[in-house]
Amino acid sequence: MLKKINFRFNRRAFAYPYMIFLLLFVVVPLVIILVNAFLTDDGQSLTFEHFVEFFSDAGGGLTVLGNSLIIGAVTTLICLVIGYPCAYLLAKYHASSRVLVLLFILPMWVNFLIRTLSTKAIFMALNVKLGMGTVLFGMVYNYLPYMILPLHTTLVSIDHSYIEAAEDLGADKLTVFLKTVLPLSLSGIISGITMTFIPAISTFAISEILSSSKIFLFGDAINMHFSKTTNSFGVGSVMSLVMLVLVVVANVVVNLTSKDEEVSSVL
Amino acid sequence: MDDRIIEIKNVNKSYGDKPVVKNVSLTIKRGEFVTLLGPSGCGKTTTLRMIAGFEQPTSGTILFNGEDITTLPPHKRNINTVFQKYALFPHLNVFGNIAFGLKMKTVPDGEPTVDKKGNTVQKMRHLTKAEIAEKVNNALKMVDLEDYGHRAVNSLSGGQQQRVAIARALVNEPQVLLLDEPLGALDLKMRKDMQLELMQMHKQLGITFVYVTHDQEEALTMSDTIVVMKNGEIQQIGTPTKVYDEPANAFVADFIGESNILSGTMVKDFCVDISGHKFECVDSGFKYDEPIDVIIRPEDIHIVDVKDKNCLIEADVLTCVFKGDHYQVTALTYGDERNEIIIHDNVEVKAGDKIGLYIKPFDFHIMHKSRLINEIDGEIYEENVVEFCDGRFECNTSLPEGTKVHIQVDFDDVELTDDEDDGTIGATIISSIYKGSYWQYIVRTDSYYDFFVDNDYEWSIGDRVGIKIAPDKIIIDEVKDVEKD
Repeated sequence: MLKKINFRFNRRAFAYPYMIFLLLFVVVPLVIILVNAFLTDDGQSLTFEHFVEFFSDAGGGLTVLGNSLIIGAVTTLICLVIGYPCAYLLAKYHASSRVLVLLFILPMWVNFLIRTLSTKAIFMALNVKLGMGTVLFGMVYNYLPYMILPLHTTLVSIDHSYIEAAEDLGADKLTVFLKTVLPLSLSGIISGITMTFIPAISTFAISEILSSSKIFLFGDAINMHFSKTTNSFGVGSVMSLVMLVLVVVANVVVNLTSKDEEVSSVL
Repeated sequence: MDDRIIEIKNVNKSYGDKPVVKNVSLTIKRGEFVTLLGPSGCGKTTTLRMIAGFEQPTSGTILFNGEDITTLPPHKRNINTVFQKYALFPHLNVFGNIAFGLKMKTVPDGEPTVDKKGNTVQKMRHLTKAEIAEKVNNALKMVDLEDYGHRAVNSLSGGQQQRVAIARALVNEPQVLLLDEPLGALDLKMRKDMQLELMQMHKQLGITFVYVTHDQEEALTMSDTIVVMKNGEIQQIGTPTKVYDEPANAFVADFIGESNILSGTMVKDFCVDISGHKFECVDSGFKYDEPIDVIIRPEDIHIVDVKDKNCLIEADVLTCVFKGDHYQVTALTYGDERNEIIIHDNVEVKAGDKIGLYIKPFDFHIMHKSRLINEIDGEIYEENVVEFCDGRFECNTSLPEGTKVHIQVDFDDVELTDDEDDGTIGATIISSIYKGSYWQYIVRTDSYYDFFVDNDYEWSIGDRVGIKIAPDKIIIDEVKDVEKD
């Protein structure tokens, strides 16, 4: 007897392709990383030695992580300092700024490797010594649009009547900015920081290219552990897990600080 | 002390080439409750914003206590505003919102001292935390929100937010409080309550209130003085009773309360002719046979028997609706032209009934027409074509090309078309008044000329229409060159 296949094509079916994609390319790799972290490099037995190796800073992994966090923080700070006034001016004169905003995000349309390599070429041509300065320049250049965009979106949506109300209550231009515009754009600042800081700490290639491999960041370190020559997947996996935990922690912090604001997690 | 607190002198404001406020002059007395009343787009909010300092007049001056404040930024004016949508800061709680202005305020600290150069120096200080808290709590008490200080502003109802906005403005002890349609977002019941509360506050505090609204009933209830505005111009300034009983023109009569606005002519002093019927009235001093507007309030028309000796005119009842304290009757009068009029009376009648109407002589409000004919300056474009208002109209003329001309068109010779493209030029309806048997529209062209148009069909304000004029209806006069000095 033929059993009737009870398959109803409903709206949920549209989600299946993406769910399969997620399963294959996100969940499975995560499981592999998790397993790898606890397997010896020959894959024969379970071990904690990779964790011990990383957290004892035997291979210098912990130092690299510290450096990455510092560089990420500095990059984010510079982006904020440059990006906020920029977004503020764009929002203030927003009638003519659509083209300007486009100009600011235009670099994002070029692949970041090509951008970084061209930056390097320009530095070489100008005889600038590659090092920390050039790496920071490259990072800021790459991540500035990610800071400006959320800030611009928030600043544009601030109702002008709040500014008028503050002026009406006796605030001069500076006070209006400090007491209304700045606090009202807090959600934009937070999402700008998240969107800059998290990719900045996990970046690779930018530091490698713009410092001629002198400066080594966490992303580069993970990249190196997975390359064929070193073949130390275990430590690499542990470092990937540490990265993941950092991202989760960063997002939790963001969600806690902005629980009243309508900032969804950027992840 | 001079009792004039705000003087607005010949103020104009335009955005680009679009005039919003035209030559407005207004004096506001200390302690007065003044309402700027008018339909949307009449310039009332812009006028208020110029008093607050958010907008600067294109020309003219604004005086505050006799000092010129035309270009003074808002934070330096001792004037506070209650905004239409409250504009409460979402990042501060109720207490923080009300304390916002106080935290920036400075007060004299100690006695003035004399420095080495002999100048008197007054030390200033900010208010202490305790002083601020006391003032905020008093303000909260005033608006009946005593325990709400710690609440987030978006957790409050519309009415409560309204009160916070009022407290936030009043806590700074302004000399003038500006209110920009503050009750617009509240429901009817809440609005009535707030109206009374605002009136009480005004009485208690004794400060000047300038109130903006489009709600004529609100204006009549609350104000000491009503300023009626239309198209950026002041139509009438007066007490509520004066504005209601003696409207300055047909627009004011139409906007404030219900009214019957009819066209007529003054036959002689104390006698007006409406559609062939002559009525006794109390107005005099008009020119012989001058066309005028007659305004009669619905409650001033009394229904009588046709055979009654008081019967002035007969009419057929069209509808009769019970309105609680009166019947609203619409009726079609007999005469050369049959006019539809509205009557409020206590008598119930039936549709189709023939009734007599009686109106007391002093209930005919007679006013000059604001314009008798449309007059525009133009130029002959080519033979039999004249150009005005950015459009080229067919006409009958033998004047040579390029001649400057003066054009006249009667109200009922301007044709309106539903489709803008069917007309010679496009225009927007900006005002409509029902005149018993037809509508009188004011139609604004894109070059900001206002045509007066009499038309049998109904359009709404804001509608785009086309304007057409038959060639033989355009009256053209050559403008003789004015000799230059």
